Amino acid sequence: MNKYAERLYNGLVKENPTLILMLGMCPTLAVSTRALNGIGMGLSTTAVLILSNLVISLLRKVIPDAVRLPAYIVIVASLVTVTELLIQAYLPFLYDALGIYIPLIVVNCIILGRAEAYANKAVPGLAIMDGLGMGLGFTCSLTLAGMIREFLGNGSVFGRAVLPESIEPIGIFVQPPGAFLVIACIIAILNFRGIKTRQRQLVEDCDGCCANCFEKCEKVEEAMK
Amino acid sequence: MKHLILIIVAGALVNNVVLIQFLGICSFLGVSKQMKAAASLGGAVIFVITIASAVTSLLYDHVLKPLDMDYMKTIVFILVIAALVQIVEMFLKKTSPAIYKALGIYLPLITTNCAVLGVALTNVQDGYNFVESVLSGFGTAVGYTIAIVLLAGIRSRIREEDIPAPLRGAPIVLICATLMSIAFIGFSGLSF
Repeated sequence: MNKYAERLYNGLVKENPTLILMLGMCPTLAVSTRALNGIGMGLSTTAVLILSNLVISLLRKVIPDAVRLPAYIVIVASLVTVTELLIQAYLPFLYDALGIYIPLIVVNCIILGRAEAYANKAVPGLAIMDGLGMGLGFTCSLTLAGMIREFLGNGSVFGRAVLPESIEPIGIFVQPPGAFLVIACIIAILNFRGIKTRQRQLVEDCDGCCANCFEKCEKVEEAMK
Repeated sequence: MKHLILIIVAGALVNNVVLIQFLGICSFLGVSKQMKAAASLGGAVIFVITIASAVTSLLYDHVLKPLDMDYMKTIVFILVIAALVQIVEMFLKKTSPAIYKALGIYLPLITTNCAVLGVALTNVQDGYNFVESVLSGFGTAVGYTIAIVLLAGIRSRIREEDIPAPLRGAPIVLICATLMSIAFIGFSGLSF
């Protein structure tokens, strides 16, 4: 497999950011009430992720090591602001549905995590593919969770009612507890299918955010080899 | 007065930041293995969110709004929060080494905790004034601490249990969070 396709596969399956690395859980849990919201959120994040990976990869020799995190945050925050304004202008219904979670893409661990773990060492082409793979992986898991929750909790798929009216949907699935339960079940099924990765067990003292304890994760990875 | 108390209660229980609004999930799942670490992180979060709400509310009312730069709020807030965490860290190191020792390693983690930015943005969205913002920040942070300490307590109990293999690790923790979340939905029935 060539290097570019490998990045895509890596993001979509091998290191799926939500289900395997457990990054970016906040938006996953919050906006997966409807499959469409999941797609919208996933694609917005993908756009920011591709652009931030590209910019950070281009600037990797310019940004001094000591101030790299503030520099990354400024880059990501600017891109998120642009995305937010575009969504507000062209997709107002999505803007209303996602609300505060659009500006919160800034603190999505996936973006800073990829900047720190990959983009600041890679050539621009590979960094873009990495962003695309990770972004699509995130979009897929969000959409999957959204579809399950929407079907069980609202009796519809992509906004179209599929259950006859005599069947009462299980309301709790579109409420906050449903989010935790559905994600827990998806991860448990993946575990059962035997997809084993280094991060299945959260690293001790790790807050799940690779930007913060990336070095620690690497050490654990080495120790496990 | 009643209105201000209501803001704190709503922030801490009714709209619990972790279990109902899903902010700060990363640290909620990651740092809840030990009760002591969870409580320390909770303390640090209360400290930082309260100060951050105060500073961002002042900045928004007196700088961003008069200059008509509302759209810059995300960039300004995240930078202010990052700088603030650094300053708090240096200040604590100098003035009270005991607190610094307890909270030290958790302070840098808070920069990317989405609860801090989330609270700052929600305050602006709800049009809170300075006092309301500080109280809402404080209430939210207390809610975060309650949730993470409770989860740490539950996790210390399930550690010895015989959990089915596929559920070990993240899934069982998320299921605990599910049950906690159901309990917290009960608070939405609170009426004053």
